Amino acid sequence: MVIWSVRFVDEVAATPGGENIRDCIQCGICAGSCPAADRMEYPPRRIIAMIRAGKRDEVLGSASMWYCMSCYLCTERCPRDVKPTELAYALESLAIKHGYRARGTSTPAVHRSYVHTLQNYGRIYEMGMMLRYYITSNPFKAIAMLPVAIKLMLRRRLPLLPPKTKGLASLKKVIAGFRETEGE
Amino acid sequence: MKQYCYYPGCSAEATAKGLGLSVRAVAAPLEMELIELEGWTCCGAVHYGSVDRQEAVPVAAYNLALAQKTGLELATPCTGCYLALTKADMRLKEDEALKARVDKALAAAGLEYKGNVRIRLLTEVIINDIPPQFIASKIKRNLNGLKVAPYYGCQMVRPDFGFDDPEVPHKLDDLVNNLGAEAIYFPLKSRCCGSSLVFSEEDIVLEQLYKLLKNAVENGAQCMVTPCPLCQVNLDVYQGRVNKKFKTNFKLPVLYVTQLIGLALGIDEKALGLHMNIVSPRPVLKYISKQEAASGA
Repeated sequence: MVIWSVRFVDEVAATPGGENIRDCIQCGICAGSCPAADRMEYPPRRIIAMIRAGKRDEVLGSASMWYCMSCYLCTERCPRDVKPTELAYALESLAIKHGYRARGTSTPAVHRSYVHTLQNYGRIYEMGMMLRYYITSNPFKAIAMLPVAIKLMLRRRLPLLPPKTKGLASLKKVIAGFRETEGE
Repeated sequence: MKQYCYYPGCSAEATAKGLGLSVRAVAAPLEMELIELEGWTCCGAVHYGSVDRQEAVPVAAYNLALAQKTGLELATPCTGCYLALTKADMRLKEDEALKARVDKALAAAGLEYKGNVRIRLLTEVIINDIPPQFIASKIKRNLNGLKVAPYYGCQMVRPDFGFDDPEVPHKLDDLVNNLGAEAIYFPLKSRCCGSSLVFSEEDIVLEQLYKLLKNAVENGAQCMVTPCPLCQVNLDVYQGRVNKKFKTNFKLPVLYVTQLIGLALGIDEKALGLHMNIVSPRPVLKYISKQEAASGA
């Protein structure tokens, strides 16, 4: 028998963004407002119920929170201030931290490619970010997206070379400095 | 002339170059002096927070620390930057332990952030700092009767920081009307465009875009305006893919709100970056010229 020293709901509540999860009254206005709910295996109301029922692997391994578009309609309407948008970020962070692979979506690879580009160039270099994303998820998709890229390039909206960022060295120091405080 | 610490954000220099150009073009006639923040870096957007909730805070705070040195209010044209910077600022005020860690991280680069930078969305600055009568007095071209769908997107009004009604906003409508154009009835004006999910889950985004375009066109829109660089990219660049998927024939120009302001102020269309729009804004320009010829005759 596994005895959990920390229940899943406590773990979520202790993660920034998940603080108010216990206040949910399961009214469902979040799921009713969500533009992506019908694509989610577990829409917001249900995923909250699952967290409180301790279904850690099912929740953190699912793709559901990765469909959040950050439109904040659920957060606006929630009568209990649960902030489901922030909760989605909390679940995403937990899933990444504990090495879960989302079933059926490559959205985490988009976020990772973005962060990688930011850390290397200081600003977003779309071309590099997109290439990295397609290589790490589905290289064939890059071919389908070529017309979009060409359209943007012709309008000079997709620079070929990465941006030169004056603040990059300082930003790197800040990130390294923050990592040194881990655990404080 | 009021000075602002200008934080362009990455997209205003690349995929939303028309936004960056039009913001700079309208600044002087609207008597805003935009002083670009020296050494600014990416805010992290939603992506950094999805990968690492905590580390996203110092990445944004780095820019706030730089901005603090200028002593000016920070103004950004990008709704994504506006929210990422605002959220980092709020988290630092709520979480003392995190604040202590971020202080140490910033000190590693010789910086500090005291939490007293006012972070503002440039569209909000234009709406709240510049009297409508002043804008009206600067109008040089006649936009009369131009039917515009004002598209707010999400993050200008949600989360609700008190700028406008979070679900049925009207301030962009007022601005469009003040320019002499006509803000049409557009019930989906603050619904989501699908955002950056466009890379990985294009189907969902195309469906969102289809609904928005259909709603605007059915209500008679000749063009759409939005302050958001990401909404514009989705609605403009992916409109062709919407047409393919839904067998429609939308040709709705999607302008940055500062491009419409610039047109009203009589600024050259190239200076506003209108030639960089994918869906041609030509019909809008033609309509304005026609109106002027008719009223001048």
